[in-house]
Parts: sequence; structure tokens; C-alpha cells
Amino acid sequence: MIFWRAIAAATLFATAPALLAGEIPPDARRSGYAFMGPDTRAMQDDDTTNPGMLFVLDGEALWGKKTGSANKACADCHGDARSSMKGVAAHYPAFDKASGRPVTLDQRVNLCRANHQQATPLPYESRDLLALSAFVAHQSRGVAITAADDPELKPFIEQGRDLFMQREGQLNLACTNCHDDNFDKRLAGAPITQGQPTGYPLYRLEWQTLGSLERRLRSCMSGVRAQAYDYGSPELVALELYLMSRARGLPMETPAVRP
Amino acid sequence: MARSSAHIAALIAASLAFACAASADELASYKIVGDGIPEPLTGSPGDAARGRALVLARTTTCILCHSGPFPETRFQGDLAPDLTGAGNRWTASQLRLRLVDASRFNPQTIMPSYYRADGLVRVGRNFAGKPILSAAEIEDIVAFLATLRD
Ligand code: HEC
Ligand code: HEC
Repeated sequence: MIFWRAIAAATLFATAPALLAGEIPPDARRSGYAFMGPDTRAMQDDDTTNPGMLFVLDGEALWGKKTGSANKACADCHGDARSSMKGVAAHYPAFDKASGRPVTLDQRVNLCRANHQQATPLPYESRDLLALSAFVAHQSRGVAITAADDPELKPFIEQGRDLFMQREGQLNLACTNCHDDNFDKRLAGAPITQGQPTGYPLYRLEWQTLGSLERRLRSCMSGVRAQAYDYGSPELVALELYLMSRARGLPMETPAVRP
Repeated sequence: MARSSAHIAALIAASLAFACAASADELASYKIVGDGIPEPLTGSPGDAARGRALVLARTTTCILCHSGPFPETRFQGDLAPDLTGAGNRWTASQLRLRLVDASRFNPQTIMPSYYRADGLVRVGRNFAGKPILSAAEIEDIVAFLATLRD
């Protein structure tokens, strides 16, 4: 028993990336879910009231629908998503050999459309792209986040961490100022969370719709009056990757609900 | 690619235009003496009632972080000290410097510098080259904070 624990601890130390000062240790990581009130939690927990499930259902229909000049459906290559897509979203953004860069799940969907379906890319935040990503990520619900273990991702994780630590905007605040140093406190009465990326795409009551992690990051940037990076930009992808590495071990929740 | 670099060039040009305008005529010059700015930025004292309204306005951002003697609003932050009694703890001169550039008191502070337009990173297009508050707004807020005595 003790022996096994010692081995487990040793492997943990060996594989977990070293924490820098101010970063949240694995056993203290908490999803935004833990900061919500009972009503919002109940809405997320019950698939019949979770508004994100409508998008998941749309995504399931799109998964089986032939499209593009190749006239192929996602299912023609990947089969039943319930098995083929389980755990996939938990390790995105993933390294893409062809471009030599990390790609997000949204970008992977569009790469598949371009290369295998010969279809036009779906615009960021469009209903179809959100629905497909929600459907794929939903297959990982409850699966622990494992993103960022590929050694080729290291420089991109570092870029993301630097961006997370960088003060920006007219208010001159960095992500770390709120989400590492001040979670559990209140910004104008609203709780600040650790900014964990566990539930995306997710339904935000404030948005009245499903939205991507990039949409959330862009609104934090506008909040500090910074020029938000464009959707799909290398900076947003690097930040996403760093956030997923920072959330390692937390279970996926897609589609989550947030206030 | 060509389109996006043209876009970026336009952006940079726009923010440069703003920055020059601001440093040329938007920021009044001020003199730091000891740990404060003794003279009003506008040459005359501000209005405390207007200052109170400004502190409570979301756009000035104060109560995102601070709370204070404001029974009419539940939406107050707790990232920063309660402003109650600030007028006992600090002189008007110190309060003015704190608002202009809080990093003079604590280099790591999260409190923004409200009267500064340079040395910032990726400021949003609509805010580039402008201080968060005008000199007159700072004076109104200083006048109000000075009235916060227990
Ligand atoms: C001034 C404070 C502040 C700063 C700076 C800030 N955020 Fe946020 N962030 C918030 C608040 C408030 C929310 C909404 C409540 C919550 O989830 O914390 C939020 C939400 C989030 C979420 C969603 C969490 C969830 O459960 O869905 C993520 C992810 C996030 N922020 C990441 C970032 C990143 C990355 C940066 C820097 C680019 C950043 N934030 C900068 C205040 C901030
Ligand atoms: C992003 C957070 C933040 C914002 C926004 C902010 N402050 Fe602060 N403020 C702080 C913190 C933190 C301190 C504590 C000292 C320090 O770290 O500099 C502080 C300290 C102060 C103090 C001294 C408090 C005391 O009694 O010791 C005053 C006065 C003050 N702020 C006024 C303001 C006013 C007025 C505004 C808006 C115009 C404002 N602050 C906006 C974070 C903030």
C-alpha cells in the first residue's frame, strides 16, 4: 500500500511539469463549477435542463451528416463517437505534425473538413462549429485532462504561460493577478474563479448561448481594456494550451453552465 | 496574410496617432513631492459629490476591487482594502499620487495607474494613449476620498 503510494508519488513528481511561484498545485485545482451557486450547478447537472445539451444534440446530427465535395460524414472516418472520441478533447490543443503547431479542437474540426470532407471551414463561434466541438468534447465528460504531455508542445506551453503572466491593457492586469492570486475573492460582487478551462464549449447565462474558451479569453482581455487576440491566433491557442496544462487532472465537464 | 498585415499596420498607425495626441496635450504635468502630489492636477480642488458618484460608477473600476461606505450597492469588490476611513489614513497629496500611479507605493500592486498613458501593453484600440481618468475626475475622487473619515 505504502509502497504503491511511494511509486505513484515518484511518477507524479517525475512527469508533472515543475510549478512556478504562484501557480496552483494539483490538489488545490478547482473547476468554475465549485464556485457556482446551487441553481446553476443543478442546471449543469441535469441534462434535461442544461441548455448546452441542445448543441450537443445538434453536433450529433452533424457528426452523421455527409458534407463537402468528398460527400463524407465525420462518422464515415471515425465511426461511433462514443468510443472513438472518448478522451480526445481532454488532450487538446494537440500537436499537429503537418503544421508543426498546436491546434485546438475547433481547428481540428476545420482541418478535417478541409482535408477529408473538402468542405469550407466553419466560422469561429458559428452554431455548427460550437455544436460539433461540444459533441466531441461531451464524449470526454468526466475524463481527466491530460493535455500538454507531448514534448513538442513545450515551447508553446511556455509561450502561453508567459502570456498568462503578462500584464496588459489600460488596466494593466495579467490573468495571474485574478486567477492565481485572487480566486475566491469578489470582483464587483461576482466570484473570481481559477479560470479553469474544463467545461468548454459551455453555456454562459450572460451570453444566452454556447461559447468557446477563446470567446471567454477575449472577454477577459477586453475587461482589462486590452486589444483581444483574434480567434485562432497563435497567442490564443498558446493560452488555451497553458490553461489545459494548468488544469491537468481535472475532469472535463462539457457542456458546462456558467453564470 | 497581406490583408491581416495591412490591418495590423493600420492598427499600429491608429494607436500611434492616439499616443502622440495624448502625450502632447491630454496629460497635465504634475510634481511629486515626497510621497504625494501636493498640487491639484487641474489647478483647483475637485467636487466631492461628483467624486462619490465617480467612485460608484462601474466605468471608473474602483468598486470592482474596493468596498466602502456605499449602502446603496451590493456589487462591491474585496480584492482591495475598504475605502472607509481613507481620509484618516492618507492626505489629499498621498491620495492624488495613489490614483495617478499606485505603483509608487507598491511596485507589485494590482491597482491600475489612473493617470498614465505610456508603458502599457496591448491597450485596446478605444483606450490607447488615454489615461483611465481625466485630471478633473481624479480631483473629484481625491476630494471625495478626503471626506471619508471615521
Ligand atoms: C480583472 C480580473 C480578471 C483578469 C485580469 C482576467 N480574468 Fe478571466 N475571469 C474573470 C472573471 C470575473 C471571470 C468570470 C468568473 C470566473 O469564472 O472567474 C473570468 C473567467 C475566466 C475563465 C472561465 C472559467 C470558467 O469556469 O469557465 C477563464 C478560462 C479565464 N477567465 C481566463 C483568463 C485569462 C487567460 C486571462 C488573461 C488573458 C484572464 N482570464 C484575465 C476575471 C479576470
Ligand atoms: C484592480 C484592483 C484595484 C482597482 C480597480 C482600484 N484599486 Fe485602489 N487599491 C487596490 C489595492 C490592492 C490596494 C492596497 C495597496 C496596494 O496594493 O497598492 C489599493 C489601495 C487603495 C487606497 C489606499 C487604501 C488604504 O486605505 O490603505 C485607496 C485610497 C484606493 N486604493 C483608492 C482607489 C480608487 C479611488 C480607485 C478607482 C479610481 C481604485 N482604488 C481602484 C486595488 C485596486
